[in-house]
Amino acid sequence: MASLVDLSASWAPGCHLGGDNGCGFPAPGTEIFEFGKIAEYTIFGITFTIDKPVILVLLCSALIIVFFTVAFAKPRMVPGRVQSMGELCYVFIRDQISRETIGKAGDKYIAFLFSLFFFVFLINFMGIFPGAQFAPTALFVYPVALAVMVWLTYMFIGLKKQGPIKFFTNMMFPPGVPKPVLVILAPIEFISNVIIRPFTLAIRLMANMFAGHLLLTVFIVAALYLASPSVIGVLGTAASGVMVVIMTGFEFLIEGLQAYIFTLLTASYIAGSLSNEH
Amino acid sequence: MTSLIAATEGVEEFNVLAVPLGEFIIGTVAFLIVFGVLGKLLLPKIRTALAEREQLIESGLRAAEDAKEESARMAEANQDQLAEAREEAATIRAAAQAERGEIIEKARSEAVAAAAAVTASAQAQIEQEKNKAGADLQRNVGAMATDLAGRIVGEVLTDDARAQAVVDRFIGELESAAESTGTA
Repeated sequence: MASLVDLSASWAPGCHLGGDNGCGFPAPGTEIFEFGKIAEYTIFGITFTIDKPVILVLLCSALIIVFFTVAFAKPRMVPGRVQSMGELCYVFIRDQISRETIGKAGDKYIAFLFSLFFFVFLINFMGIFPGAQFAPTALFVYPVALAVMVWLTYMFIGLKKQGPIKFFTNMMFPPGVPKPVLVILAPIEFISNVIIRPFTLAIRLMANMFAGHLLLTVFIVAALYLASPSVIGVLGTAASGVMVVIMTGFEFLIEGLQAYIFTLLTASYIAGSLSNEH
Repeated sequence: MTSLIAATEGVEEFNVLAVPLGEFIIGTVAFLIVFGVLGKLLLPKIRTALAEREQLIESGLRAAEDAKEESARMAEANQDQLAEAREEAATIRAAAQAERGEIIEKARSEAVAAAAAVTASAQAQIEQEKNKAGADLQRNVGAMATDLAGRIVGEVLTDDARAQAVVDRFIGELESAAESTGTA
């Protein structure tokens, strides 16, 4: 696995402010999102690259399963500490996301929303987890995989609950809109609901995690680069160090919030597919 | 690298927006495994556990309410019994008081009657004694008077019939004299 923060691409040891080797601030670029291949398998012509993000995703999946197995496998009337925590998670998804957006009809989809929330949250959390220091959701492929899943889910529910014709007419022709407006509104509604939604869902998550990782790396590299025997250097390093701590806390907030938003939007899309009025 | 969206600058160039099919499948499968295990195995368990607990708490609350009602009802019954007992005690007391009065009254009337009887018998005895004394006196006074008169008159008044008549006349005179002085 790569080192804590793989800075080898951005920052060469010995490169400091005012140093005699004359290097400027090595601003980190997209290379900090690239990880070395650990292994590569080709099955049926599809290349499976095993790198740090893949391992993190698999570890997170395993962790979720292990934690909730410990919490829920043998539920007791008087819950222990782990079960209480698990129940808190369950009740949070049920009351704050599912019932809040879908209502009682959403109880069927709690398992999906629950898995989605904790999958996204734990993978996001890897962004500040010591040793991992990278959220695989900052790579577009993982949010896309999840968004495709969400898209399939709410399209399937809509087609099944409302029927193929009603689903699209209800979506494209909202009641109470004047006929001339519908000419513009109908294609917009169709495009926004069927095409744009999965993209915004994936991009929102990816961009937030991407920005967070970049920001943290910028401040860490700055702290290292500014570490030099000068007033500006000392102050700059101290300020950057403080910023790293603050941004790490901020990142934690963003990671939770993005997982919440991702799940909440999924719930609202499912709610739209379930009900006729739009 | 197999990509859904081809990397913009050559195949080898790294691109964060690339969607390599392999990673896409890994991400999807990882999520599906998590969803499958949670949705099919774990969450139903906790759902039933939560529902059971809710039911247990509800039934517990209901039982507590029932117990409260029961205890209130019992307290009321106790109050009723207490009031009843108090009432009974009061009637018993009243009855006892009435009985006491009756007993006293009876004893008093019995005592009065006994006293009256004693008085009556005493009076009767006195009357009897008086009559007897009167009779004795009458007889003795008669005899003495006769004797005395005989001696004075010299006439032997032995003839009983005559003597008795004289004595009766004498006593009658005495009585009338006494009566006239008593009334005067």
